[in-house]
Formats: sequence, structure tokens, C-alpha cells
Amino acid sequence: MMMLATSLLALPLSSQAETSEEKGLAIAKEVERHDDGFGDFTANLEMILKNKQGDESRRTILIQTLEVKDDGDKSLSLFGEPADVKGTAMLTFSHKRDDDDQWMFLPALSRVKRIASGNKSGSFMGSEFAFEDIGSQEVEKYNYKYLRDEDLNSRPCFVIERYPVSPHSGYKRQVVWIDKAEYRVAKIDFYDRKDSLLKTLTMDGYEKYLQKYWRAGQMLMVNRQTEKTTLLKWTQFKFKHGLKDSDFTETSLKRAR
Amino acid sequence: MRHTFIFVGLAGALCCVVNTSSANEWSGFAALEYRGFAHAPLYAEQHQSNYSALLQPEYRYRPENSKDTFTFIPFARLDQHDAERSHADIRELAWVNVHDDYEWRLGIRKVFWGVTESQHLVDIINQTDLVENFDAKSKLGQPMLNLALINTWGTLDLFVLPYFRERTFLGTASRLRSEPIVASDLAVYQAEQGRHHLDYAAHWSKSFGDFDLGLSHFMGNSREPRLLPGINGSGAPVLIPYYDLIHQTGVEFTAPTGSWLWKLEAIHRTGQATAYTASTAGVEYTYSALFGSSADLGVLFEYLYDDRGAAALSPFQDDVMLGVRLALNDTQSSDLLFTLIQDRHSTAHMFNLEANRRLGSNWKLTLQARAFAGIPSVDPLYSMRQDSYMELLLARYF
Repeated sequence: MMMLATSLLALPLSSQAETSEEKGLAIAKEVERHDDGFGDFTANLEMILKNKQGDESRRTILIQTLEVKDDGDKSLSLFGEPADVKGTAMLTFSHKRDDDDQWMFLPALSRVKRIASGNKSGSFMGSEFAFEDIGSQEVEKYNYKYLRDEDLNSRPCFVIERYPVSPHSGYKRQVVWIDKAEYRVAKIDFYDRKDSLLKTLTMDGYEKYLQKYWRAGQMLMVNRQTEKTTLLKWTQFKFKHGLKDSDFTETSLKRAR
Repeated sequence: MRHTFIFVGLAGALCCVVNTSSANEWSGFAALEYRGFAHAPLYAEQHQSNYSALLQPEYRYRPENSKDTFTFIPFARLDQHDAERSHADIRELAWVNVHDDYEWRLGIRKVFWGVTESQHLVDIINQTDLVENFDAKSKLGQPMLNLALINTWGTLDLFVLPYFRERTFLGTASRLRSEPIVASDLAVYQAEQGRHHLDYAAHWSKSFGDFDLGLSHFMGNSREPRLLPGINGSGAPVLIPYYDLIHQTGVEFTAPTGSWLWKLEAIHRTGQATAYTASTAGVEYTYSALFGSSADLGVLFEYLYDDRGAAALSPFQDDVMLGVRLALNDTQSSDLLFTLIQDRHSTAHMFNLEANRRLGSNWKLTLQARAFAGIPSVDPLYSMRQDSYMELLLARYF
């Protein structure tokens, strides 16, 4: 979930003989390099779901994330609201190429369930975010192409296109706007398998933590086909807690509350 | 009644804790249940419908910067017709002490082992609170001392279980009961110490990435009694629960491959008449984002086997379960699970439907329906052949 906030910081334009694929990849790699070493963090997440009629529904989640060297991150999400899912928790080990490993803890039965890993395009908690949107955004999960430079809200951006590698992805492609000055993702257009514009994500309220790591305070996902929206509000980012692998196990999942 | 006294005492003790702490939290739910039955009852004491009220508060306390947590979850049900179903229990009253590579857990707790949907063979620590629901998913709180060792070689849980909880059984006024009824107060134990027999268990589990594996062993009072014909004090025929001393070894396995999830549970039990092996093996396939919507559709298949055949305590000795799970992924988290269990050697089959929908942000409505058909007279479910029902449960979470 965290990586959306940080995923793309970019490399200064360097060589001349680069293909647009090479340039796109170079930007994505540099982005990842800029977020290296954050270690771990925790944050509070509030999700506000709104349908076409404007009816609102709210969810709260406590997020813990551990950076894993040479692989995707580990994360543990603990649900607070709505009240009937309070105490439900999810453990995710994301991977660079393989499908992510995922487990869900259901407090009513004290039961941990393994989740089939092909469920990338499924909705996360009834929101407009799919599991693959909120997962760790590893460079290897996409192929890239640099498109153009363009201003977004009068800030200069790189615009790149990326193509999911996994056959389970719900998208044909994504178009990503990256702020050149700070190398942050500003906007993503998601195109479905039929190449129709499905969703638009805009990210705002960026703040810098530990003088290096940018995190967005608000992420707004608008479904262009159903007009439903989901707003994610991030608060209380805390880095370098000293979280360890032992904080991301089936045992810690059961007592996350 | 005994339980009620324990209840009040503990609630009093906890109130003192509440006042001195900052990191504490109350939550839980209250619910109303209605059951309507499709057919006239078989027995005169039974009814065509039934109302019930439930309450399950939860209290959690974690001192600031502490490695300790305290949990208290009492439960109570008040039933319109059945005094056996009106009951209270302490689901959890436990202290957990957490370290990087080990945890101590002391008190009354609930522990679940297992991976399949149709039945839970490996799960054995907690007694089934059978008066709650025919699906046997409700469990009584189990007093225990549990040491968990967490390491790169997996997680090893060691249990000492000092007090045995007897299974609850429905009374004469309830539908979905046995005929004759089970006389819990006449329970007989193989162990001299009866319910005070010390039971032990160990469970090892590890995720290997591509698959998860669990191995377990239990020794002590069988949670599942044999039901022996007898007579009660007034000379009426009853079933008497007989709790054998058993050894049970279990294995659980799950492996996800793409949209498939493979599952296996198997046990070998000795000490309860002849030794036997039972297993459930199955697979679940999930279609995500069905027809471009946000809904997920899961298709489930499980095979249930017990090598005792007709002599098995369970009705599932050579049965097949087919199921469909639909999750709409809407803001109300609407979902539905439909399963059919078919006996491969008789006409017996059973349908189950469970659907959930959140109402507003704090209410949830659950619809459950169960139907029995073609039950032959030798089947353990024969006394329930008229008891197909629909249940509505309206719960308020707080």
C-alpha cells in the first residue's frame, strides 16, 4: 500500500541513444532506488468510499510495513472499522516476480486463511482499489515505456506507460505522471483489459519523512465507468520503528490487535 | 448457573483494571436470532419457530509499552424454548506475553487449526458449543497454558489443558436434536480424573511460500464423545456421552497456485473404539472481478472420508461437498456461500446457505438456511429429517 506513495522517483535525463522502453525502465528503477532504506513504517489509513448517489461508507486500517532487501515488502493491515470487521487482519509478502503470498485472520473463528494469490484484480475491502493497486509496486512487476514530458497542475512531469507482467492483472496498461522536481507519482490512469479507461488515481498532500522519503497524505481513486470513488487519507506516518521479520508472521497476524 | 457466578466475579475484577489503564478497548455485538422451520416437528415438545438473543462483549487491555495483553470475551444466549440453549460461557479470559521468538499464553482461549470448509477434523483444542449451531463452528473457551516458539524452522505451540469442557447438547424443546436426547449430566469418562484429566497438545506449522504445512498431536479427553444408549433417573431412554482418552495426530496443508487453492486435512485417532483415519481434501477456484464487476466468485469442491464407514460418529464417511462463494465487494460487504453435501452411498444430502450484508455501518444481517433431504433411517441425521430451517440474525456491533 505504502509503495504507491513512493513508487516512482526518477533519474535525470541522461543518454541520447536510449529507447523509450529503456528510458521508462530507467525512470522506474531510479524511483525505487530513491526509496531504498526506509526500513519500516506504520501509518493510519482511513478509506472513504462513495457511490454515484453520494452515499458514504468508511473504513479504518492500521498499516505496518517492513522493507525486504532483494524482494517485495512485507505488510500487515489491521482493520478497525466498520465494527463487524474489527480485528480482521491481513498479512502480505509481496514478491518481485512471483505472485504475492497472502493470509487473512478472521477473529470470529480465530482462523487464519491462506488467500489464492491470483486474486490481484479483486476489490480491496469493497473499495475502488484492487489488491494489485495497494500492493508493493516492485519495478519487476511491469514493463515500461517513456511517453513524454508534460505539466500537471503547472508542475513538470514525466509521463510513462507501464504494462503489468502478471497474467492475473486486471489492467492492460497504466499511464503514470511523475513529478520531475521531487520524483513523486502525481497521477495514474488505469486501463482495463479491453483498453478502456477504468480508473484515475491522483495523489496529493505529499510530506517528506526522515529528510528523504515522500509519502502522499491523500489518494483519490475515481472509477470512470461507475463514478464510484475511494479516498485514502494517510496519517501518523512513523518510520524506523525497528520492526522485524518476527512482526510479520502468522503468529503476529493472530494477535495484531 | 455456575458460569453466571464466574461471570459476575470476573467482570467485577476487570472493572478495577479498566480504571487504571489508558490502552483499553470495549467492543463486541448483540444480536437477535429467528429460526423458522419448513415442516411440522417430529416430537411433541418441539416448535415451528424460535427466537433467541445473544450478547458477546469484548474487552482488551494493553498497558503502554508492555509486552502483555489481556483479553476478556464473555458470551450469553437467552433462548425462547430450550433451557439447554440458554447458556453463558467465557470465550476468552487470557493473558498473552509476547517476545520476539516466544509467547506465553495463559487463561481461557480459543485456538483453531484447519483449512477446509465442510468439516474441521484437525481442530481439537476447544470443545464444540453444539447448542449454538448445527455447523459446530461455535466453540467453548478452553483453559490452557500455551508456549509458542517462533523460529525459522516454523512455529511450535505446546499446550497443557488442565480442565475439560463437556460438549453442549440441545434439549427436548429444540429442533435439530437427536432422538432420544443427549443427557449431558450423565456423562461418563474413561479417565479416572474425569474432566480434571490433564490433556496435552503440540502443533507445528510453517509457511514454505508455495505451501503451508501444519502437524499436530493431541492426547487426552476426546472432545467428541461416543453417544451410548442408556436411561436417565426417571427411566426415560437417553444418549449418554462417553468421553474416551484418545491420541490424535493431524496434518493440514494448503497450496495456492494462481487462482486455485488446494486444501487437505487428515487425522489418525486411536483410543475411541477402533483406530481410524479421516480426511477432507479439496480445492477452491476464484474468479476475480466477475464479468468486469467488482464481484468475486469462488467454486469449492471437497471430498470427505472416514475409514470407519457406517460406524463413524460423523455423518460424513464418503461424501462430496460442492459449493459456490459469491463476494459482491460492495460497500455493504455482501457475500453468500452455498454448499451441497451429498453422501456417495445413500440418498442423503444437505444444503447450506449463508449470506451476510452490512446495514449502515454498525449492523449486520445474516441469513442462514439448511435443508436435509433423502436421509435414510440409519443416518445420524435421521432425527433431523423434518428440521430444514431458515435463520435470520440481526447483529449490532459496538
